Amino acid sequence: MNQRRLIYLDNNATTPCDPRVVDAMIPYFYEKHGNAASRSHQFGWEAEDAVDYAREQIAKLLDVEDKEVIFTSGATESNNLALKGVFEMYAKKGNHIITAETEHKAILDTCGHLEKAGAEVTYLKVKEDGLIDLAELEAAIKPSTILVSLMWANNETGVIQPMREIAMICEKHGVLFHSDATQAVGKIPTHPREVGIHLMSFTAHKMYGPKGVGALYVSRKNPRVKVTAQIDGGGHERGMRSGTLNVPGIVGFGKAAEIAREEMQQDAARLSQLRDHLQTELTKMEETKVNGNEQSRMPHVTNISFKHVEGEGLMMTFNQNIAVSSGSACTSASLEPSYVLVGMGLGDDLAHSSIRFSLGRFTTKEEVDQAIELVRNGVNHMRDLSPIWEMYQEGVDLTKIEWSAH
Amino acid sequence: MAYSEKVLDHFKSPRNVGTLNKDAKNVGTGLVGAPECGDVMRLQIEVDDATGLISDAKFKTFGCGSAIASSSLATEWLKGKSLDDAMRIDNMDIVEELALPPVKIHCSVLAEDAIKAAIADYQQKNGITAPVAMAEAVA
Repeated sequence: MNQRRLIYLDNNATTPCDPRVVDAMIPYFYEKHGNAASRSHQFGWEAEDAVDYAREQIAKLLDVEDKEVIFTSGATESNNLALKGVFEMYAKKGNHIITAETEHKAILDTCGHLEKAGAEVTYLKVKEDGLIDLAELEAAIKPSTILVSLMWANNETGVIQPMREIAMICEKHGVLFHSDATQAVGKIPTHPREVGIHLMSFTAHKMYGPKGVGALYVSRKNPRVKVTAQIDGGGHERGMRSGTLNVPGIVGFGKAAEIAREEMQQDAARLSQLRDHLQTELTKMEETKVNGNEQSRMPHVTNISFKHVEGEGLMMTFNQNIAVSSGSACTSASLEPSYVLVGMGLGDDLAHSSIRFSLGRFTTKEEVDQAIELVRNGVNHMRDLSPIWEMYQEGVDLTKIEWSAH
Repeated sequence: MAYSEKVLDHFKSPRNVGTLNKDAKNVGTGLVGAPECGDVMRLQIEVDDATGLISDAKFKTFGCGSAIASSSLATEWLKGKSLDDAMRIDNMDIVEELALPPVKIHCSVLAEDAIKAAIADYQQKNGITAPVAMAEAVA
């Protein structure tokens, strides 16, 4: 095996396209290039058929009706449409939305936008294991509550929220339930109708499909949910989302859903074994900690803190060989550590020391074994350089030191 | 973000990593930053009593590649310098030498702080009041 190939363990950021997906898409760039809204000729009919077929493939994966799948440009747009669309459509009923502090920015920033437009938003805290407290959720619901929005699986830790229990609380109080299921769809069973979710956002590029296409599931019966369109125009997607459909992207999305439905179980079984192997070997090192509930977690993800080592520096020791993400946002303009990990009660120091490993369909055992060795060497290298590791080993109580924050 | 060749070089082969005896009278230690901010630098200097020049410098840093490179470079520059000259090392010299991008300027500031803290520690141990250069640096 080529030792120099970059090992990709950042599948929560995006997945590579499955070659079968790309093969399905190609004709829709060339001979089948029609606009799905063209009703007067063969090109349009072909494109429309292809979109209908993809919608069915996706509906099958979710075990819902095909008309309940609304295509968008991605999960961020789906989240915007769900939250803003419900807020506007149900304005007469109330203005209160409940979400959690560890949601993706596409939810949090949309909530921030709605607050300026008159919404009241409750941001639930999470417990140390990343799960929300169901009693706290129920206590937060009031007569003006119109929507609960909670993610299915967290992008940084892979922690899976108790969807069924949340849905039951929403049902009991007659509140709509939206879930950002971007990290879960295609990887674990996600059946919104069965669970009791009324709106659900997801995207193709996290499930081996192309970037630039996503969908919002909108329940059509019991209850019939409506959202106010956020993009106006030709009235596509039952008036909820105008804009010429991204036919090749949608075809690829459909193919990705079909493959996921057939192969999810075997992928999940294989990846959880590989993930467990990676986690077991890495946590054999001193002073490491797995972040997030290990029982309720996606099969392909682990988030590990390597104490007394800074995440970005650590990544730099192996980023010629392995691609991962760090909970330390030192690379971006902000120097803030991950708000998800801090929200779970992790100290800023441990949040800065964390690395997220997310495996995928194309990850091999050899790659995981190489990654284990490279990460271990990196941690050892960084600890040899770390003054706080030296202090820790000398038995200095790091909490007693007066640090000069800068 | 791409790192400059010089940052990569210092990161891969850091100079003068280690620990000097912090209790020795001719050793000054500067510990700056905080773990919760994502970087901590410890920079130490050993001063030759006869010449008054810095005879050795060591560092250990918890932080990103730029923080490690900044402190590694600082130890290289410190060796052989007088305390007055050491006080004149400016963070922007480090930025320029390592071609640090704007988001990493704080790493160079931290290295300058560490140098000044190490000198201050040495001076305090040896009952020296701040020299002229300190006033200049502050101004």
